[in-house]
Amino acid sequence: QDKFTLLRDTRTDGSFLVHHFLSFYLRAGCKVCFVALLQSFSHYNIVAQKLGVSLAAAKERGQLVFLEGLKSSLDLLFGEEEQPGQPSPLQFLSTSDLRALFDFVRLSLTPADGDSWKGPVLLVDDLSVLLSLGAAPVAVLDFIHYCRVSVCYQLKGNIVVLVHSNEDSEDEENELVVNSMCHHSDLILWAEGLATGFCKDVHGQIKIIKRLSLRQAAEQDLVQIYQYKIQDRNVTFFAPGLSAAVL
Amino acid sequence: LVFTEEDKYGLYSNLLFKYFLAEGIVCGHDLFIASAKEHPDNILKELPAPLLDDTYGKELGDEAAAVKSEDFQDSMKIAWRYQNLPKIEASPTTCTKFGHYYDVSKKMSPELCQSVKWHSFYLHEELSFEPKMKTCNMNSGYARLLQSIQRIISQEGFDGSDPQKKQRNVLRIGIQSLGSVLWGDDVCCSDTPEDTHSLTKFLYILRGLLRKSLSACIITVPAHLIQNKAIMERVTNLSDMVVGLESFIGSERETNPLYKDYHGLVHVHQIPRLNSLICDVSDTKDLAFRLKRKLFTIERLHLPPDLSDTVSRASKQDLAGSAKLLSSGCGAMAIGKKHLDF
Repeated sequence: QDKFTLLRDTRTDGSFLVHHFLSFYLRAGCKVCFVALLQSFSHYNIVAQKLGVSLAAAKERGQLVFLEGLKSSLDLLFGEEEQPGQPSPLQFLSTSDLRALFDFVRLSLTPADGDSWKGPVLLVDDLSVLLSLGAAPVAVLDFIHYCRVSVCYQLKGNIVVLVHSNEDSEDEENELVVNSMCHHSDLILWAEGLATGFCKDVHGQIKIIKRLSLRQAAEQDLVQIYQYKIQDRNVTFFAPGLSAAVL
Repeated sequence: LVFTEEDKYGLYSNLLFKYFLAEGIVCGHDLFIASAKEHPDNILKELPAPLLDDTYGKELGDEAAAVKSEDFQDSMKIAWRYQNLPKIEASPTTCTKFGHYYDVSKKMSPELCQSVKWHSFYLHEELSFEPKMKTCNMNSGYARLLQSIQRIISQEGFDGSDPQKKQRNVLRIGIQSLGSVLWGDDVCCSDTPEDTHSLTKFLYILRGLLRKSLSACIITVPAHLIQNKAIMERVTNLSDMVVGLESFIGSERETNPLYKDYHGLVHVHQIPRLNSLICDVSDTKDLAFRLKRKLFTIERLHLPPDLSDTVSRASKQDLAGSAKLLSSGCGAMAIGKKHLDF
């Protein structure tokens, strides 16, 4: 409960973690607000079906609120004038103001009467895109802070956010956001491509950092490292060096 | 969304661009060509002519026959470990039919060009029209291009908005030299451009348009001119596939014996991971291209056998350094003609 999980990827694509958390929380019966900025609804739907969850059904019964960034941005740009009382959540494309997005999140996760879902969850894929679309890094951090107060503390829910990072990155704004988020997360799942280069049997390694030092002063963070291989319907994890191809 | 980083003089990326469009014509897809550099009519006239199967097959058939007879004669005695490696097929006609081949020395016939419907966007002609949509603080050239693409998509029904239309076709979009000065964007000129978000916003909206309709797009960008690497990182995140072309013209690699058969390298930075957890990763990442009189081919990069005694120490180190990059085995069997089709 009220945990902030950061998904981070470097030199590889960490979106498999997003798919995992999406199907995990939906199967657990939580109400999920998914801010999907990078891919279309059908992409997530097809993968979720392979993992055993139907996004369309979840949407219909009100368990999933899906913000399809790509589609909404087109509506904003090419559609008719919006009604004054309902600003589009993607308004930051023109105004660099993320408040409308936050209002959307808060509204969709506030429990309505008759809702029987367990804790609310906010899932964001991915935060680095907000910077590409004109939001300032401080605005992004404020947005996350507001979401945290609202979702984690007030509604006792969880937040899962994906960010991209690169070593030797020259994107200072992105590095600022990523570092700040690392400091404030309870759990960091860091998917990295192997340092030795590309390999067919081991797609990468994942570092799991449990930030115990965040909540209690004297505690040390717990770091675990596993390697993984992605298959069509699931991901297998194993200790470093013990890939099935080697044994 | 295929994002191509141009090579220094734009020669080879232009070729790739034309291949994409030519394939569209041969498959009967509609085309949309946008450029600020050349008029799209000229681009259309310069497309390479498709090769008819029988003539090409025959040419290669002779070569392949000669090669095959040699192979079966002696099994390997020293490098016997390599015998188990899959043999790379020399003749492309034995592969499954996907895509067509083009003769670079001939131009496509006007009748074939006219057989598909094509739309053009030449920036300098469009400047007189005012954009009717909200620009969201985007560069006006990009905004106009987006508006034009969106108009074509909805008018011609590529987004499925017209239920009457029975036959659904694909729209191939080609955008040349995006981000260059000619589009009014100073991202290629300075380290701290005035508007860092126009290009990325453009790509995001374009991505939305592509996902919503039956279209595919190739963009070429003079990446070597963009000094702000942060923008390149963001652009890579927003594209499905990123390919970089590095030509050897004018660089020290031209004289490197490792690369003597090739004209440049192909760097595949990213491949699409759509509708699935996994992506289709090939087992080698070292690709090089060469432009022969008639054909532009992309092949696996392999080391020529190191037979000479007079190789100097400097170049030997170079070779050793490059050998670390090669991930697949090499040997006499790697005659290597693996064509990448479009």
